[in-house]
Amino acid sequence: MSERSLMKGNEALAEAAMRAGCKCFFGYPITPQTEISAYLAKKMSANGGLFLQAESEIAAINMVLGAASTGTRCMTSSSSPGISLKSEGISYIAASDLPCVIINVQRGGPGLGGIQPSQADYWQATKGLGHGDFHILVYAPASVQEMVDMAVNAFDKADQYRMPAMILADGLLGQMMEPVTFPEIKPMEYDKSWAASGHKNKREHNIINSLFLTPEVLENSVIERFERYRKIEETETDAEIYLCNDADIVVCAFGATARVAKSAVNLARGKGIKAGLFRPKTLWPFPVNELKDAVKTAKKILSVEMNMGQMIDDIKLATECKIPVSFFGRTGGVIPKPMEILDKIVDLGGDI
Amino acid sequence: MAVAYKRPHAYCDVPTHYCPGCTHGIVHRILSEVIDEMGIEGDTIGICPVGCSVMAYDYFNCDMIEAPHGRAPAVATGVKRAKPDSYVFTYQGDGDLAAIGTCETVHAATRGENIVVIFINNTTYGMTGGQMAPTTLPGQVTQTTPFGRDTSVQGFPVKVCEMLSTLSGTALAQRVAVDSVPHINEAKKAIRKAFENQKEKRGFSIVEVLSTCPTNWGLSPVEALDRLRNEMIPYYPLGVYKDVNVREEGKEDA
Amino acid sequence: MLNEIVLAGFGGQGILFAGKILAYAGLMDNKEISWLPSYGPEMRGGTANCSVCISDDPIGSPLVVDPDMLIVMNEPSFDKFIDNVKPGGTVIVDSSMVDKKCNRDDISVYYLPASSLADENGMTGMANIILLGKFIKETKIISLNTLESAFDKAIPPKKKNLIEVNMNAVRLGMEQ
Repeated sequence: MSERSLMKGNEALAEAAMRAGCKCFFGYPITPQTEISAYLAKKMSANGGLFLQAESEIAAINMVLGAASTGTRCMTSSSSPGISLKSEGISYIAASDLPCVIINVQRGGPGLGGIQPSQADYWQATKGLGHGDFHILVYAPASVQEMVDMAVNAFDKADQYRMPAMILADGLLGQMMEPVTFPEIKPMEYDKSWAASGHKNKREHNIINSLFLTPEVLENSVIERFERYRKIEETETDAEIYLCNDADIVVCAFGATARVAKSAVNLARGKGIKAGLFRPKTLWPFPVNELKDAVKTAKKILSVEMNMGQMIDDIKLATECKIPVSFFGRTGGVIPKPMEILDKIVDLGGDI
Repeated sequence: MAVAYKRPHAYCDVPTHYCPGCTHGIVHRILSEVIDEMGIEGDTIGICPVGCSVMAYDYFNCDMIEAPHGRAPAVATGVKRAKPDSYVFTYQGDGDLAAIGTCETVHAATRGENIVVIFINNTTYGMTGGQMAPTTLPGQVTQTTPFGRDTSVQGFPVKVCEMLSTLSGTALAQRVAVDSVPHINEAKKAIRKAFENQKEKRGFSIVEVLSTCPTNWGLSPVEALDRLRNEMIPYYPLGVYKDVNVREEGKEDA
Repeated sequence: MLNEIVLAGFGGQGILFAGKILAYAGLMDNKEISWLPSYGPEMRGGTANCSVCISDDPIGSPLVVDPDMLIVMNEPSFDKFIDNVKPGGTVIVDSSMVDKKCNRDDISVYYLPASSLADENGMTGMANIILLGKFIKETKIISLNTLESAFDKAIPPKKKNLIEVNMNAVRLGMEQ
């Protein structure tokens, strides 16, 4: 289907997952991501896959652990409070070197929070989604089209690196409709000889496990995983760089916020302020080199986020605090307005 | 010379970490015998719990997965739904299955997941050193009930087979023990029946095995077996609590 | 050219559907479009609104704060949005549902008893579409043909008879 169709972000993502060969989906209802479940409940079996509503987010992620252990492409989806519940399972999945895709259509937090769009799970996704030393791949779509493209890519990268990949979306992207086209998907083959899918009396038994009682053995398994992470940090970063060539002020924003920030950057350019936009598409690995390139002419950086300032840490680290970084954010489900961001850009531009 | 005792192929030829007198070994053996006798090792995937049998993935020759504490039935669901033609079993202790994993257990049962659950009930948390389990008997002294389980404070034990037998998705709920040869034979038959149920897609089968924990009970292996007979069986009566096969044959629903 | 539109009313009045039709019309015209619903705990009876952007260029924020165009079907929505309409903007009001009149003179406001018209013409429940007809007549951002093809695209094959029903409501709105 190369035709442009109009779909909600949640539904487009669900369709993309199916096309990417996702054979099992385990979910639990929570606003604002429930359309993913509803879509797959309707379509999965006709596509030779399985949809199952679990009894909890905890059960859902462990069903993913089971299906992923067999080498089957699988996915679960939730929103912020539900992702917290899944974090135990995600740690086990990461530690067992299993590929899977996890969707977080973020809502305001902490606690039960609210149901309106938020990006307050940036730290959770990129720094600490569970106990122990580990990372997951984190993709930040900014349009319904990217919900599709990144979901497809996430399945491939999860398989390639044998690790969980997350689509960190938000209520805005999940609920909005935009035109979308589905790419021709070339099924890639990955080695799954590690899978626990029954040895058929043809090989030794496979064990999917995250328990290592000998400290040196556990240390080695973690170090080995981190060597893989280093390679990912070198090769898998991605970012959009917009009008940064001559920019005095580089606005950094990801996901839905980047759309609003882009409008503000355009408005600023209209006022003769040399503003640009840097949008990380991968949050882990964070596009450090891309950011360094984007801020070559910048005198100031402005991080705009739907939270109290989380990505700003990574920006400061990436730029080694050589350029002052300011912050503008709305939280609790409030979506920033282009004019608010423009005001902040104008403020910063005043003393350049 | 005739071989009188042969290790089942499904049971790995490695030393286990279990304490002397622990009955895990017996259950591992009869489970492995069933896998051998049905010729299903190549299609079987086992799920280990967190607890004493956490390292059972090293003891069974089929493919094995280690699950988070209590989540084995959810992991088994994922495996079985992804690979419906495989044989999937979980092997869980009482803390894993009847405390932290109660939700997963009940829902796997009520969905009628075609899996086999081997449930080891030894009335204590063995691996962490003998704390109160959901199955700890009233009055039983454990590390966390040093004056005995007081039901006015800690409540009552969970009777798992009785509870799960009320669910429509449960095909088999049977309680057995491994304190004597006749009981061990009965236990093996129950496990075989559970796997046959899975083969015939009859639903969720649980075999609760009353077991011993001499170390944490502070008893010798022989004394532990006596306790199982004299204290556990009266509280947890052996028998079939639900068997859909019996119902199908027109007999009463046990 | 970016047109930012808000449609607002009670849940169940077809506000989201009318917004979707506008979005589909933009799709038919090969425009950039976005449609964003309000979402909340109330399924029926609460207030509902959606933002629709139709543009020649990629759309920034899909959330419309200051609309160029507004369709309102109840008084709370009228109160909420009327002051935010950009100067020069166009507002279509279902006057069967909204008693108030707007006292701004920098915007064009059209009052249409859409709900009564719908009832009188055997189109109960289609006030949203009648308002849509008035909307395209006054704003001219979408042609009647495009709107018809939008219905064709949005309505599932089994319910194709509904296209004509909707188009009748559109025409009724355009006659007002």
